[in-house]
Amino acid sequence: MSGIPHDHYEPKTGIEKWVESRLPIIGLIYGTIMIPTPRNLNWMWIWGIVLAFCLGLQIVTGIVLVMHYTPHVDLAFASVEHIMRDVNGGHMLRYLHANGASLFFVAVYLHIFRGLFYGSYKAPREITWIIGMLIYLCMMGTAFMGYVLPWGQMSFWGATVITGLFGAIPWIGPDLQTWLLGGPAVGNATLNRFFSLHYLLPFVIAGLVIVHIWAFHSTGNNNPSGVPVRTTDKEVVKKDTLPFWPYFVIKDLFALAVVLVVFFAIVGFMPNYLGHPDNYIEANPLATPAHIVPEWYFLPFYAILRCFTADVWVVQFASWISFGIIDAKFFGVLAMFGAIIVMALVPWLDTSSVRSGRYRPMFKGFFYVFCLDFVVLTWAGAMPAEGIYPIIALIGSTYWFAYFLVILPLLGIFETPLPQVATVEEDFNDHYGKAKASKTGPKPVPTPAE
Amino acid sequence: MLRKLTLAALLAGAAALPGHAAEGTAHIHDVDFSFEGPFGTYDKMQLQRGLQVYTEVCAACHGLKFVPLRTLADPGGPELPEDQVRAYAGQFEIFDEELDDFRPRLETDHFPESSMENAPDLSLMTKARAGFHGPLGTGLNQLFNGIGGPEYMVNILTSYTGEEKEQAGTLFYGNTAFPGGWIAMPPPLSDDLVEYADGHDADAHHLAEDVTAFLMWTAEPKMMARKEAGFTAVIFLVMLSVLLYLTNKRLWAPYKAAARKAKAAADTPAE
Ligand code: HEC
Repeated sequence: MSGIPHDHYEPKTGIEKWVESRLPIIGLIYGTIMIPTPRNLNWMWIWGIVLAFCLGLQIVTGIVLVMHYTPHVDLAFASVEHIMRDVNGGHMLRYLHANGASLFFVAVYLHIFRGLFYGSYKAPREITWIIGMLIYLCMMGTAFMGYVLPWGQMSFWGATVITGLFGAIPWIGPDLQTWLLGGPAVGNATLNRFFSLHYLLPFVIAGLVIVHIWAFHSTGNNNPSGVPVRTTDKEVVKKDTLPFWPYFVIKDLFALAVVLVVFFAIVGFMPNYLGHPDNYIEANPLATPAHIVPEWYFLPFYAILRCFTADVWVVQFASWISFGIIDAKFFGVLAMFGAIIVMALVPWLDTSSVRSGRYRPMFKGFFYVFCLDFVVLTWAGAMPAEGIYPIIALIGSTYWFAYFLVILPLLGIFETPLPQVATVEEDFNDHYGKAKASKTGPKPVPTPAE
Repeated sequence: MLRKLTLAALLAGAAALPGHAAEGTAHIHDVDFSFEGPFGTYDKMQLQRGLQVYTEVCAACHGLKFVPLRTLADPGGPELPEDQVRAYAGQFEIFDEELDDFRPRLETDHFPESSMENAPDLSLMTKARAGFHGPLGTGLNQLFNGIGGPEYMVNILTSYTGEEKEQAGTLFYGNTAFPGGWIAMPPPLSDDLVEYADGHDADAHHLAEDVTAFLMWTAEPKMMARKEAGFTAVIFLVMLSVLLYLTNKRLWAPYKAAARKAKAAADTPAE
């Protein structure tokens, strides 16, 4: 994992030499944790550690939960209650696992939005971004299937609605849906395959995480200034960076501890706040709940899915031009997956040569509206699809696509960026120099940057 | 901040629009329970009274199939003495496949299931309902008031209007707390329906609160242990955060100081 010149591991003792000449694993670990990291990383760069923690937490709690869970339609719900009542610490394990999924998504959204603001997806980090998007997709698949396992009402009906989306695909849809479910409807076969995949996917994620880290260790981290670390020689690198251990490890662990204070307060004092009461009712294929709502982290995409109804002109147009093959339902499905695909393609949609949003005055405004858009879509996704809500969701969805497909491509042409700092070192010095200047009084020369 | 204000304005705008579907039309009034909030605990005596109400009234129709009888003795619950639990369990029969006959239940068996087909199991009922919603579907209300399952239950038990109507052979009873306004459960409680051994007030409202507290325990029997674990974790993590904060500050101090110096040096000639 090179790219940035830095000191490499030299085996000294006999044992180290023996191991290293056979399997250079110590050197690999050394290189990974001593990687030169830009000094000026801010607090938005901590979510990676939080995500790594979440993956570990979910795998560990999940493995223990599996020891007591029964994947069968008649027994699953009761086995979860068995975990809650009879298994030592089982109630904590389950609440940690359920809320751990929420923390995972909070962290991944902040991590993604960090990347979107600071242009972390831009060259040369496109592959890091794409791998990240694959991880995100796997997370969504894992979380969706995990939510089915307790076999409550929302588990069952959520699975019915979401797998129904595949049924909307022209021609092959119904067969595909049956194949996915293992039968004509969500049933025991579905529960079993979801259980199997729910166990498998986290390990796929773990593999992708390694590739993700490998990729950005090859290019080096982005940083809030977006200016690349100077790599002419080791000494210059040292001016811009500090080794990951201990400087960033300690900083990240501090941030993680603070995040966990909030997390454990939620697990300890309000573990069901983020869940849905209906999931404490055992699945009943004969009783449809009044509102079927997915977990909060799917809501923005659920809003996009539902808002393209048959009376929206783009839908009518798509239907007309495709001779009716694309109906409203299928259009919604395309829009939902499209919303993630445009995000994955952002490295090529953003035409600006400036990386960090900090130096992009017009971009900043559009980006903040985009953040707001995400919140509004989340909320609209939780509301019933009637009255004003589909319209709000439609406006929100339109902005989502406009942001990636129109605004970002055009901004690169029309926007005049602000002057950027020359080096990461300068940005770091500016930051702390300024903090001191404002304390002592007289202001030095005003700098345009931030 | 600006973003938050815009959102607030937007939400307020949406509220004013017609066609806004209020979730759960009925209003659920708040009830103070001893187990609310991070410091809340179950009141053992209340749980025991609730068990009595449940057994004498609700069990005629409803069941608690997920609740093992032995947990009545568990710490943080009604904490009945072992012999009482055994005696309590013995009142109910269960079909034993090995004996091919009925036998009295043991502590290791569960409470009986619902005996009436359309009366739902109550084991998890207080967690399976929400009393509070909003504002505007955000659920923020629940952050401060709790989800409101227990409140919903007390309201159901005490909001009968006295009206009745028959529909497709079933009798429905007017109930302002039940979605739709008509429930198939006849008013189960009335003043002094149950006689408490400890002489506690037994008007309908108290009976409702007591049985609800008991049913909160059946739904969340490990609540006390969970809150204790929560406190331990939070306190430990706060201390860890402080230590890591200090370590981090110490670690970075020389580099931040150097940055300040470098910045000052860079700025001086310019002034
Ligand atoms: C005569 C039989 C009977 C008795 C006694 C009875 N219930 Fe019910 N209960 C029902 C039936 C039937 C329903 C289903 C009502 C419906 O869905 O309309 C019901 C429903 C409920 C519900 C669910 C309401 C909802 O939101 O779906 C709760 C809570 C409840 N009962 C609590 C109690 C409690 C607590 C007691 C004891 C104080 C009790 N019941 C006594 C028959 C009974």
